[in-house]
Amino acid sequence: MDFAFLLIGNGILIGLMYSLIALGFVLVYKATDAINFAQGEFVMLAALISGSVIVGAGLPFWVAVIVALAAMIAFSFALERVVLRPLLGRPIVAVIMATIGLAAILRGLGPFIFGSGTRSITLPVGDEPIEFGPFILQPVQLVGALVSLLFLGAFSWFFLKSRMGVAMRAVADNQQVASAMGINVERYFALAWAMAGIVAALGGIVWGSMLGVDVQVALVGLKVFPVVILGGLDSIPGAVVGGLIVGIVENLAAGYLDPVVGGGTKDFAPYVLMILALMFRPYGMFGKRKIERV
Amino acid sequence: MLSLNNIEVVYDGVILVLRGVSVEVREGAITTILGANGAGKTTTLKAISGVLYSERGEITKGSIELAGQRLNGKRASDVTRLGIAQVFEGRRVFEHLTAEENLIAGGHIMPDIKSIRDGIDMVYTYFPRLRERRHQQSGYLSGGEQQMLAIGRALMSKPKVVLLDEPSLGLAPMLVEEIFAIVQRLVKQEKLTVLLVEQNATLALGIAEHGYVMENGRIVLEGDAEKLRSNSDIKEFYLGLNEVGARKSYRDVKHYRRRKRWLS
Ligand SMILES: Nc1ncnc2c1ncn2[C@@H]1O[C@H](COP(=O)(O)OP(=O)(O)OP(=O)(O)O)[C@@H](O)[C@H]1O
Ligand SMILES: [Mg+2]
Repeated sequence: MDFAFLLIGNGILIGLMYSLIALGFVLVYKATDAINFAQGEFVMLAALISGSVIVGAGLPFWVAVIVALAAMIAFSFALERVVLRPLLGRPIVAVIMATIGLAAILRGLGPFIFGSGTRSITLPVGDEPIEFGPFILQPVQLVGALVSLLFLGAFSWFFLKSRMGVAMRAVADNQQVASAMGINVERYFALAWAMAGIVAALGGIVWGSMLGVDVQVALVGLKVFPVVILGGLDSIPGAVVGGLIVGIVENLAAGYLDPVVGGGTKDFAPYVLMILALMFRPYGMFGKRKIERV
Repeated sequence: MLSLNNIEVVYDGVILVLRGVSVEVREGAITTILGANGAGKTTTLKAISGVLYSERGEITKGSIELAGQRLNGKRASDVTRLGIAQVFEGRRVFEHLTAEENLIAGGHIMPDIKSIRDGIDMVYTYFPRLRERRHQQSGYLSGGEQQMLAIGRALMSKPKVVLLDEPSLGLAPMLVEEIFAIVQRLVKQEKLTVLLVEQNATLALGIAEHGYVMENGRIVLEGDAEKLRSNSDIKEFYLGLNEVGARKSYRDVKHYRRRKRWLS
């Protein structure tokens, strides 16, 4: 029983950290309808940047946070302006292919620019595991999960309660009509990408401190797809619940199935769930449905 | 107040849809443009609001002026700031937003929360039904409620001129009357100026002061609403619809009358 609690506690924290990465994907999809296949590479880029600030330049942790945030905001702004805006109005496949290409480029250029060795960055927290009832939690993961929750909450508030958030949802609903309300659609697209940049920066730092900083960090991006398919492509609460499910399921799989079959179930178990979700709930648990009235 | 001077509109660089349209919209009154499917009514409104450019349309000739200021080539979001709001054909509410969120989005250009609150209150006093539905997702409102919401949303930017595109489309006659009466009250009490596009001539001429008939991208007839109402050509044109069920062209009617005269 203790073992199960251990796995579940760990799964919850990891799951929330997946939710943070998925949030970047959801923000962009919600506002611009673009599917970003490079979210994992965004996170990797942020991790590499923080690694070179802390280890390479020997600067303190908080400087790395600021540099990573600024760099990722600038990067996603530029990306939107230079690559994605010219693709506006083209078939959705054009954007998908562009982001897949971008992912490959980032993975190739990353080691080239930042060096290929693995650097280790550490969150300024201890590494004594914390016991919490039946759970045993790693401080790094705990901080990662708290940061995730904080930003998931902040962005939910933004979309539901702020005027800009409502305008952004209006843009997502119908760009032409939104522009007739005086909403500057392009500015909101840029804002959505910048928010994805912020989320990627935070994700890069928390995941980088957990895994070590190198190109492999991009692989967390692979977990984004089961998370958003389970939760709904455009739903922030969906990203939370989807992340929790993926985190818990893969930990249980790793704990109970791997010893039996010899390992590896952790990586595909979430995808089994994803395919089941596609079959039974194509809009995810919280995704918005196409409204059809008669 | 708002004037279109001999404008020509081309889609995709080749499809000529408006061939020299001149319309004068009078301040504080309702002006209507009548015409059959495909005449170019919606295109006229899109040319004014600037929505045209997002559909690869272009004004190739003529000018559009609001109180002396040229609107040609201005982006939709800028035209809105100059005081023009468009109510789209088919309502086009933001389906995934609640009714009240639609209104908030409509007031996007307002400077502060207070003016948005006031705007929402004003819309609810004219359309009390929207207040009951305020927290409902607007995609699930009835057609009539959606039309009210679309009009209310347009009012949120405190426009000088509202462009109303076929508000009667697909609604029960009772509801249409209710909505038209409210529009009339808005014009009187809020000093609103309205350019109303309609296929339903009887209704439109009932509340408008001045009217135009459009066909094939041209204005073929214009006059005071009262005069148009008693114009036998218009009567025949729209009676033709009611009796036979097929819409005759205004030209055909004229042609037919001429021939009839010639025959007898
Ligand atoms: N985006 C577009 N690209 C090309 N042609 C268009 C476009 N929009 C409209 N048209 C054409 O322009 C003509 C006028 O269309 P418009 O929508 O202005 O007519 P309308 O008078 O509003 O008709 P309805 O009463 O059916 O709404 C039609 O022949 C239509 O096919
Ligand atoms: Mg039309």
